Amino acid sequence: MNNSYEPPIFELAAPGRIGVSLPECDVPTTALPAHLLRSDELNELPELSETEVIRHFTRISQRNMCIDTTMYPLGSCTMKYNPKIHEEAARMPGFANAHPLQPAYLSQGVLRLMYELQRDLGEISGFDAVSLQPAAGAQGELTGILVFKAYHADRGDHARTEILVPDAAHGTNPATAAMVGYKVVEVKSDERGNVDIADLKTKISPRTAGMMLTNPNTVGLFEEQIEEVCALVHAAGGLMYGDGANFNAILGIVKPGQVGFDFMHYNLHKTFTTPHGGGGPGSGAVGCTAALAPFLPAPYAAKVGDSYDWQAPAKSIGQVKAFWGNFGMLVRAWTYIRMLGGFGLREVSETAVLNANYIQAQLRDYYPVAVDRFCMHETVLKGQIAGASGVRTVDIAKRLIDYGIHPPTVYFPLIVPEALMIEPTETESKFNMDRFIAVMRTIAAEAQQDEEILHQAPTKGVVRRVDEVRAARQPVLRYTKEVFAAFYAEPGHHTV
Amino acid sequence: MSHYISITAGERAEMLKAIGVDNITALFEAIPSAVRFPPLNLPKALSEPEIRRELTRLSNQTAGTHSHSMFLGAGAYNHFVPSAVDQILRRSEFYTAYTPYQPEVSQGTLQAIFEYQSLMCALTGMDVANASHYDGATALAEAAVMAVNVLRNRRKIVISPSMHPHYRRVIRTLLVGSGIDVVGDENPQATLGEVMQLVDNQTAAVMIQSPDFFGTMHDLKAIADATHAAGALFVHHFDPIALALFQTPNDVGADIGTAEGQPLGIGLNFGGPYLGIFTTRKQFVHKIAGRIVGLTRDVDNAMAYVMTLRAREQDIRRERATSNICTNQALMALAAAVYMSLMGRQGLRQVANLTYHHAHYAATQIGQLNGYQVIDHGPFFREFVVKCPKPVAQLNRSLAEAGIIGGYDLGQDYAHMTNHMLVAVTEMNDRSEIDHFVSSLAGLR
Repeated sequence: MNNSYEPPIFELAAPGRIGVSLPECDVPTTALPAHLLRSDELNELPELSETEVIRHFTRISQRNMCIDTTMYPLGSCTMKYNPKIHEEAARMPGFANAHPLQPAYLSQGVLRLMYELQRDLGEISGFDAVSLQPAAGAQGELTGILVFKAYHADRGDHARTEILVPDAAHGTNPATAAMVGYKVVEVKSDERGNVDIADLKTKISPRTAGMMLTNPNTVGLFEEQIEEVCALVHAAGGLMYGDGANFNAILGIVKPGQVGFDFMHYNLHKTFTTPHGGGGPGSGAVGCTAALAPFLPAPYAAKVGDSYDWQAPAKSIGQVKAFWGNFGMLVRAWTYIRMLGGFGLREVSETAVLNANYIQAQLRDYYPVAVDRFCMHETVLKGQIAGASGVRTVDIAKRLIDYGIHPPTVYFPLIVPEALMIEPTETESKFNMDRFIAVMRTIAAEAQQDEEILHQAPTKGVVRRVDEVRAARQPVLRYTKEVFAAFYAEPGHHTV
Repeated sequence: MSHYISITAGERAEMLKAIGVDNITALFEAIPSAVRFPPLNLPKALSEPEIRRELTRLSNQTAGTHSHSMFLGAGAYNHFVPSAVDQILRRSEFYTAYTPYQPEVSQGTLQAIFEYQSLMCALTGMDVANASHYDGATALAEAAVMAVNVLRNRRKIVISPSMHPHYRRVIRTLLVGSGIDVVGDENPQATLGEVMQLVDNQTAAVMIQSPDFFGTMHDLKAIADATHAAGALFVHHFDPIALALFQTPNDVGADIGTAEGQPLGIGLNFGGPYLGIFTTRKQFVHKIAGRIVGLTRDVDNAMAYVMTLRAREQDIRRERATSNICTNQALMALAAAVYMSLMGRQGLRQVANLTYHHAHYAATQIGQLNGYQVIDHGPFFREFVVKCPKPVAQLNRSLAEAGIIGGYDLGQDYAHMTNHMLVAVTEMNDRSEIDHFVSSLAGLR
């Protein structure tokens, strides 16, 4: 990584430069409406040559860790290798240059791709219908809960006001239920990391619209009583929502639609390895049973005779984003499924689960395991090192940076104290995992020897631990010359 | 074994031994046996040369700017994307990184987002921009929610029928369970003046798109003033290219400025991924949805960027968060930041000028054709409405044969606009393309 300070692009600029080559105007000009002009002449925009822009963004790119340089065992995020053919595929002319509103007869290739992806995602998950429209996992969740609401309303069932959410759930689950106006009812987990059935029974009621559950759950474990959980919720008239964040563990292993889920979202940017992009774009495609299919977002790609066209479900909740979804991500996911096939997908999940269990087995004597059983695609450990009571999970995470490894997810799930959630994914090599294991053991030994080593970490990152309190108390959310000058004037800053 | 997986058969055996099981199926015993290991009925796996052939076939079955002249816009625009933009997006340090939760190893992504936020503030004149939403439509929905969160007792949002029909649908879909009423577009012919009659002491926000769906630019200052007089927030849904020349959300006195960021260096991509731009005033910073990056220092006093004001977000605040948004469109925000940096002040103004003049040249030429009439809705930027002598779908079929993707058929969304075509022209449509389009229309009377 690049450890040199790179000034904000505004400081590299000088008036009179330009970074693009544009044509001259070849038509007669028309006067601009004077009363609508902007009040300045865009004076705050920086001016740079193409050379400078490329160098600046290349230099700051080198201040990132990424999958292509580093093991990135970030639990719940499935940071697997992003195949290079996907990047070529999404940039093919028919995919990159097609207008979303051009007629279907000019869009047969892209509609066919969407139709096939809908079909294949349905097959992999055991669902009858799929919509590719939601832009990210959280939007898939919102789509699902809107569908639940519409389904109950369509049956004249207006008494359902609550959504059950386990205490281990991703924050998006309760936030989503609240956005749709549901009351969130939290369900406890038991000591084996499953939904606590006794607690569930006390929380289920005629008010239950549904339950949101991640399976494998956020402790990295398969819910051992999943069929009973689904049956209980169904018996009360509720619906089961599957958060697909952990779908990478069960491709060809089990289909959510066959254990009782009614609806789920796929994080195409996790399981189907469309790149995370530093935080997006994602794609939160959704699948559901035939009973819920009429409520899916409109439109979807349909096969009509020998050609493809748009169709709308009969009782659709409507549109959840403009146009049809993050199509570029769909091209990548389609390519991935077609290159791996059914056997390859099962191999993905088997290997992901093998890798996680291998790490768990090799680290269990150094870091307590949250729940002592075989994990699925990720293992949740506790950052509690014997004989090092002053060390916390954050210290372990930051020390990993010094060894050139991206930290795992930390402090999630909330029900595990000092959680370290490790997801190696199927694409990590044994060589790298063995190194990770050795580093984690070394860190435990360092902690026992001198806790300060961990408290001081990282010392080899691009920067050291940052002052998050200052960032929040005195927010600087945009470049201004004055604020940066004041920062430069403080002691300790080196601009060269 | 797939070429993405490194574990050999020998290593697998070694690892199983370390775990203490004989075979891999032993790891899946928690799964009900009746449904374990289902067959997946999927097409046969393809090698890379085979998948390339298949992808090429699908690509070749799809038209676009590579095969046709594009006069279709309606919310997605064929603007120039400099080669340098994609070269930066292809850096795996950016595209294979996750959300920058660990600032010590994510300074690249954090600085890029900080610069994106700063460039959006420079473009709009607003104080704060967030790190992005999914697209322009969802940015508008989040603006509505924010307005209701700011003005606790008001639950009405006023929009106009001249807002993009998709945006209006998305706002309605996403707000269905929120107890927020969306009004103003019931009459598809309502003017902005008529829409403003609906503003009252229950109104949390007025949200107006300008240039609107028909391409028309409105002077929003009086509308913003009237909105404020009623105690509501004003949301200007702007066009980022038009802003190079025309009124900004700050100029009109908006409280929130949102936009579809696709014209800023992002290709058409059959509708996505695009970029939702969200900007607002300083005093509302704690009410914003989504990620925000700020400047701070590390323990050695070195300058550093970090995600901040995190207490608004779902992973911390759960059901009390400002939104459920987690993943956003970070890589698209990077595209916009690189695009704006390359363009700079001069380049962006030149793109806007070329677009404006090309669009007006096209409108003038079409207006001279027998049978066609350019509808005068007032000043426009890159789109205008043409009343045609035949159904638009029929014209578009013929235009396609002449190598042209024609404009949007407004009759699909507005019953009173049957046979009306919404034509978009950008700097990418040079004079000869425009002349060909005009002469093709002339031949189709």
